[in-house]
Amino acid sequence: MPASLFPPYEDLLRILPEIVLTIAGTLVMVLEPALRPERKRLLGGIAIAGLLVALWGTAVANLFRGPAFHQMVVVDGFATFFRALVIVVGILAVLCSIHYLQRERPDSGEYYALVLFSVVGQSVMAAANELIMIFIGLEISSIATYVLAGYLRDDRRNNESAIKYFLLGSFATAFLLYGIAWIYGAAGTTNLVEIRRVLSTPELAPPRFLVGVSAALMFVGFAFKVSAAPFQVWAPDVYQGAPAPVTAFMSAGPKAAAFAIFLRVYMTAFEPISNRWEPVVWLSALATMFVGNFAALLQNNIKRLLAYSSIAHAGYVMVAVSAHSEIGTAAAMFYLAAYAFMNVGAFAVVTHFARQGEKYVDVDDLAGLGHRQPVTAALFSIFLLSLIGIPLTGGFFGKFYIFKAALEAKLYWLTVIGLLNSAVAAYYYLRILVVMYFHEPGEAAQTVSPVAPGVKIALWASAAGTLLLGIFPSVILDFADRSAALMK
Amino acid sequence: MPEGYVPFFIFVAAAVGFVLTMLLVAKILRPSSPFATKLEAYECGIRAATTARGRYAVRYYIIAILFVIFDVETVFLFPWAVRYKVLGWFGVVEVAVFLAILIVGYIWAYKKGALEWV
Amino acid sequence: MRHLWLIPALPFAGFLLNGIFGRRASKAVVNAIAVGSVALSFLWVVKTLLSLGGMETPHAERYFTWIESGILNVGFELAVDRLTAVMLLVVTGVGLLIHIYSTGYMAHEGGYYRFFAYMNLFMFFMLILVMANNYLLMFVGWEGVGLCSYLLIGFFFLRRSASTAANKAFIVNRIGDFGFALAMFLMVVQFGTLDFAGIYPAAAEMPAEQTAGILTAIALLLFVGATGKSAQLPLYVWLPDAMEGPTPVSALIHAATMVTAGVYMVARSSALFLQAPLAMDVVAIVGLLTAVMAATIGLTQFDIKKVFAYSTVSQLGYMVLAVGVGAFGAGIFHLMTHAFFKALLFLGAGSVIHALSGEQDLRAMGGLRKKIPLTFATLLCAAVAIAGVPPFSGFFSKDEILLAAHHHAPWMYWVGVITAAMTAFYVFRAIFMAFFGDSRGHHHPHESPPSMILPLAVLALLSLAGGFIPVPRFLEPLFPAEGAHHDFALVAVSVGAGLLGIGLAWLFYVSKPGLADSAAARLGALYRLVYNKYFVDEIYDATVVRPLIGGSRAVLWRGVDAGVIDGAVNGIAQRSRDLGILLRMFQSGNIRSYAAWVLLGSVFVLAVLGVMGGLR
Repeated sequence: MPASLFPPYEDLLRILPEIVLTIAGTLVMVLEPALRPERKRLLGGIAIAGLLVALWGTAVANLFRGPAFHQMVVVDGFATFFRALVIVVGILAVLCSIHYLQRERPDSGEYYALVLFSVVGQSVMAAANELIMIFIGLEISSIATYVLAGYLRDDRRNNESAIKYFLLGSFATAFLLYGIAWIYGAAGTTNLVEIRRVLSTPELAPPRFLVGVSAALMFVGFAFKVSAAPFQVWAPDVYQGAPAPVTAFMSAGPKAAAFAIFLRVYMTAFEPISNRWEPVVWLSALATMFVGNFAALLQNNIKRLLAYSSIAHAGYVMVAVSAHSEIGTAAAMFYLAAYAFMNVGAFAVVTHFARQGEKYVDVDDLAGLGHRQPVTAALFSIFLLSLIGIPLTGGFFGKFYIFKAALEAKLYWLTVIGLLNSAVAAYYYLRILVVMYFHEPGEAAQTVSPVAPGVKIALWASAAGTLLLGIFPSVILDFADRSAALMK
Repeated sequence: MPEGYVPFFIFVAAAVGFVLTMLLVAKILRPSSPFATKLEAYECGIRAATTARGRYAVRYYIIAILFVIFDVETVFLFPWAVRYKVLGWFGVVEVAVFLAILIVGYIWAYKKGALEWV
Repeated sequence: MRHLWLIPALPFAGFLLNGIFGRRASKAVVNAIAVGSVALSFLWVVKTLLSLGGMETPHAERYFTWIESGILNVGFELAVDRLTAVMLLVVTGVGLLIHIYSTGYMAHEGGYYRFFAYMNLFMFFMLILVMANNYLLMFVGWEGVGLCSYLLIGFFFLRRSASTAANKAFIVNRIGDFGFALAMFLMVVQFGTLDFAGIYPAAAEMPAEQTAGILTAIALLLFVGATGKSAQLPLYVWLPDAMEGPTPVSALIHAATMVTAGVYMVARSSALFLQAPLAMDVVAIVGLLTAVMAATIGLTQFDIKKVFAYSTVSQLGYMVLAVGVGAFGAGIFHLMTHAFFKALLFLGAGSVIHALSGEQDLRAMGGLRKKIPLTFATLLCAAVAIAGVPPFSGFFSKDEILLAAHHHAPWMYWVGVITAAMTAFYVFRAIFMAFFGDSRGHHHPHESPPSMILPLAVLALLSLAGGFIPVPRFLEPLFPAEGAHHDFALVAVSVGAGLLGIGLAWLFYVSKPGLADSAAARLGALYRLVYNKYFVDEIYDATVVRPLIGGSRAVLWRGVDAGVIDGAVNGIAQRSRDLGILLRMFQSGNIRSYAAWVLLGSVFVLAVLGVMGGLR
């Protein structure tokens, strides 16, 4: 008997990225107290190395597709896609952070460990095949992110951000957990495929009321994490208050992972009751787009503006979810990848430009950046144009595929409203471009320093990703398509 | 509403009803003569020095958390120790991984000075 | 895999390197990168072609799926067959020579790195254009070379005339591109693909009653694209103005390579055109008319580059005539020899201009024969080649075209012969005015540096001997010869016409210099009409440009834009801001009210999903 207790060798390979990331994070924690402040950037290097190895581990795990650890996790194309995505976001975030941390809080290197642990959680979420694993992944990711949001603990805005995120996040997670309890009570299992089987077998099907309540409670938890209306209220305050590189990270990675579990739970477990959750997602998508885009119109703080924009983009992805089809899922996946690049890129510019104590974070501060640092401004323009959805950028194809999926699902009104919303969105992104290129350089632009090497790499990589997805969309889309088709 | 849950709701109703009934009965039966000392937190007569909502050093919190962590560690070790022979090498490896993670945390906390009472 | 992608990728790498780092690099480094990348590309072409051998079937390499949408599947796919092989050698070979030449010619200009970055980018797009294995990728190259042409015509962007010329070239080409795009849409509808390998067999198998409509439409629309790029009637007007660009640009883009893209495209689409006889007739007639008209204008111009520009339009007319009468091989043959001698003419003209520090007017030249003998000798080689003097290159290719035209319709042959006489006349007119007689300017001419003379010499050699390259026979598997046999009398007539033109030029401009002016005076109105290029620019201005601008201003700007659109936009913008203000009020910053929102939201979701759904 004892020999059989050991998990099969393949199972360990299937969670290789998580193992690698955990070891790297632990290594950072052990080394951290031993390093002098000026050498803490070494930890950033370790983090990047760990993430790169984890990326390789993702590819290795992808060779051993299938369930592992008694169906608790599953490696399929969908999992690989999101694992790779959150790891890449992690790399970009660390690149943005090295210089920022040296400037703002040189004495402390746990930051990198927290990023790694958060990525571990997201990676677990990507591969989770079971509600408890989903919950654990979500908590690992969230707790690390709560701490990151308040990392500069002497900064009042950081504190505000962290405490709000923590309290509201825990509140929402409670809903999720409660929903898990209900479905376990109703279906007698937490395995997504099993739940689906139970729900779609008439003899076994539990009362619809119980399933409905469970789906609703879990929706609250997921919608909160992806900042979809009406659970988006936390996002602007938290994004604005957190350190800029952390905002870059948490608006891309955890959001993508949350959408991953959202899609997996609703496309797999709750698939048999899709006619009941579709209207809810529909309404939420609608409200999310409106709230995000229209509130962004009036913002002058770039971080807050991008926070609302992030809400709006969650709304577009919700459109893809409510299409409830394979191509909808693929479109959501593609969009999240494109969004990760363009959003992290935009926040990288903010990180670079904000300077000591995040002094310059208003749109007007950017005046004349186009003259002072044409390359940075040009890269920023790429990200903004992609956020608008101009062709040749990933944002364009993302929107294109989402609305195509929506049309094929006969969601005509949602498509029309979504398109109108993206027209509104063009206004506030273009305003940044106008300020950057057509206003006289102000104090902020005149004192701007050269871009730090890490941020520079992150900027170019994000721009390359954004353009790659815009020019050769099929590279990613093909993979997403195949993964979405295989998910069931 | 499915019939299978009827007993459950009867149970809930009975639980709530019992508490309410008891409180009501007590209210009717007991004599009522409140005075200041009787309403204090420690009815034995020791005066509360300050309000319970006051601030206290964050170190208590850290110590408490560390205590809980190592407390839970023992809780996990106990069942393993009991079933040591059955679990065999698998159990040893699992516990080693578990302890390794905790020890790293301990080293980190120690190095960071979390255990020093300044 | 032969790694065909390296051929365009090398110049592209040169573009990136020079474009990004060129500003800080020294001229030697910029030269090395720009010339080196093209040289490597040329060598890779040679190596690839040698290793491919006979190329009886196209060698295609597909790298990835580029666009997949519905029925449409477009790959990034490059291919080499015999036609592409000829184009590749011409483009990279002549391109390399002109790059070398430019290092000398541009040595004293500002924006040195920018020039070479654009040139390399042009090479990249041109190579994509000729190697593409589907229409969409070809269109990418097609648009890309247009962009580079725009950038390079406007290279001296501080000069107003240069930026105007650049705009003109770009806008006129848009009209043609519109035709190309429409043709592609029709092809997608008709064939469901844009791959050459998918379209041509399908077109060949189409029954005759179907081809008349759709294939004729596709062919004519493609030809609209060709008239834009290859400067045919009525869209040729941009090419003479394009001479505002630096002379190497005129040689590379506006003589040897880009402008021949239209001819290449028609030849490539021969399977479509052969199924649409009506379209073929249109092509032939447009080509012939362009050839005559441009030649007459060339007779009267005094700017040396303008003379050669109209000559290019005229020669392109010959090529289009050739493909129009079904002599695709002859058209491509002339494309190649023309690339040699016309590049040489422009580079020689550039050498003259360089020697005279920027003077372009023939009337201010004269007597340069002794001062810059090397330039004179090379230009003379080009002139005898274009005039069709046997046994030089132009003779063979032009002869092929004229014979094919005669086989198709004898009157076309005679018009072609008259044009040939005019061609010989205007080219030698330019030579005689520049190099013979007495100096009419106040310059101190100096011979050009070796970096400019060397390419001239190589091109001179090619102009003289290029006719012995048996291009039509090489292309025979693709374009079967129509059986036009060589008729000695016809050949003699066309050669005689060329010699007559040279003789007349000698008479007018060397032996009796006054004769030209008096002849011009006697022709009076006709001369003025031709001298002013038939007033085509003015006519276009009056009939198309002004009504368009005026109409846009009155109706679209004042009426639609300012009234309807601005009004609507401003109204919507105001409402949007109101909504934004409303939404901002929810964002109080108070954490307890946020929690209340979450709670309220969950009650709502529960109500919709749980209870309402549960009751159903």
